Amino acid sequence: MGIYSCLGKDSGEVRDSLYAGRSGIILDPVRKEMGYRSGLTGFVERPVLKGLLDRRSRIMLPEQGEYAYMATLQALQQAGIEEDYIHKHEIGILYGNDSSAKPVIDATDIMREKKDNMLIGSASVFQTLNSTITMNLSTIFKLKGINLTISAACASGSHAIGLGYHLIKTGLQDCIVTGGAQEINVYSMATFDALSAFSVRESEPQKASRPFDRSRDGLIPSGGGASVILESLESATQRGAAILGEVIGYGFSSNGEHISNPTVSGPVRSLEMALRDAGMSARDIDYINAHATSTPAGDASEAKALCAVFGEANVPVSSTKSMTGHECWMAGASEIVYSVLMMQNNFIAPNINFEHPDEDSAQLNIVKTTTEKNINVFLSNSFGFGGTNSSLVVRKWSK
Amino acid sequence: MKQNEAIIEKINHFLAEEFEAEKEKITPEGNIKEVLELDSLDYIDLVVVIENNFAFKVKPEDFGDIITFHDFYNYVISRVNAKELA
Repeated sequence: MGIYSCLGKDSGEVRDSLYAGRSGIILDPVRKEMGYRSGLTGFVERPVLKGLLDRRSRIMLPEQGEYAYMATLQALQQAGIEEDYIHKHEIGILYGNDSSAKPVIDATDIMREKKDNMLIGSASVFQTLNSTITMNLSTIFKLKGINLTISAACASGSHAIGLGYHLIKTGLQDCIVTGGAQEINVYSMATFDALSAFSVRESEPQKASRPFDRSRDGLIPSGGGASVILESLESATQRGAAILGEVIGYGFSSNGEHISNPTVSGPVRSLEMALRDAGMSARDIDYINAHATSTPAGDASEAKALCAVFGEANVPVSSTKSMTGHECWMAGASEIVYSVLMMQNNFIAPNINFEHPDEDSAQLNIVKTTTEKNINVFLSNSFGFGGTNSSLVVRKWSK
Repeated sequence: MKQNEAIIEKINHFLAEEFEAEKEKITPEGNIKEVLELDSLDYIDLVVVIENNFAFKVKPEDFGDIITFHDFYNYVISRVNAKELA
């Protein structure tokens, strides 16, 4: 697996940030100049790709594609998958992405000003399409299996992993690069800001993302890239790969109600389906990485759903979004990476800024400080606009 | 004459910048497609850099007769001169 986020540029840096409970949130003055109601954002440094990629590959990649490239490069290295192996096998890619705002706006500016579309240049179309990441990474890494983008709002990355799990399970693919990426430029989040969805606790950026806390006032947009290589046991064993974990359950549902208001029953169905698929009961889960984004309504709904399914089992819960902000299309994949890092290193990362519960979160076992714990099985939730829900269950690998 | 030299220098500069070509490989008799490793998409970007640098419109079919850097310099110079005369 590989990760490039506001918590660090690789697994080691991110593991340390998670353990330390370090926030990656800043106040961006440019957003205020551009009329944002909230200037809070996760901060992710753009990678330097010169020297790693040729000019043609670089100019085709939008911002989130750069993050996805870095995460995938790390993931392939960690998995021990080299160029020659890729050449001889049908490795696929299923990646979560649901926007590419800046390239669209840049192209539109040229179109309006110059009235000559040729001046938009050759790279724009490959940056603007929603499938920009899968089309670019499959070309860069020469992947020859399934090649598909999953767009499901803030559950995109999670569904990408869940669908990849099914393609492996049914024997259609032996190895798939899955993941999610999220742009974070000033253009990408204005429409979200228009909904007054962001926290305005600008005086304390690192305290602004406070999932489940009763004084939460909105989410903080964030981004980056996260990649997870899924592989059949047979293939991974044959290669002698270092197996990090096993996807054993995928649950999904659609609320079938309002486009942005959450429900309790939708997530409950997704959670129950994931447990059924994994052949597990609530008590078998050692840790839940909640979707909780720090919005008043969303966190309350998820708390009710978790309470309905896991209430008596008292499973430890934390939302790593308290540190990262909401990594949107990427979140479902990055939170699998964060949880695997916890599983590998025997700790639960804290739900920072959880100071006072409300009536719903008081019913949950929310982890406030870094806690040493052996995690054998974890569950990760992701929900998105339109009422799309995804829950994944992952188990530590043992022979 | 000096103006033509300035145009050639400007062209060599943006080709090196935009297409990351090594300057010493850009010679008048060199094959522009081979030296810059241009594919069909790169020709679109070539149109963009010419228009941004010299403010005249290029038709993609104009590239049909351009084989060497020398051809390319002559094309740009003739278009710049024609624009000035117009």
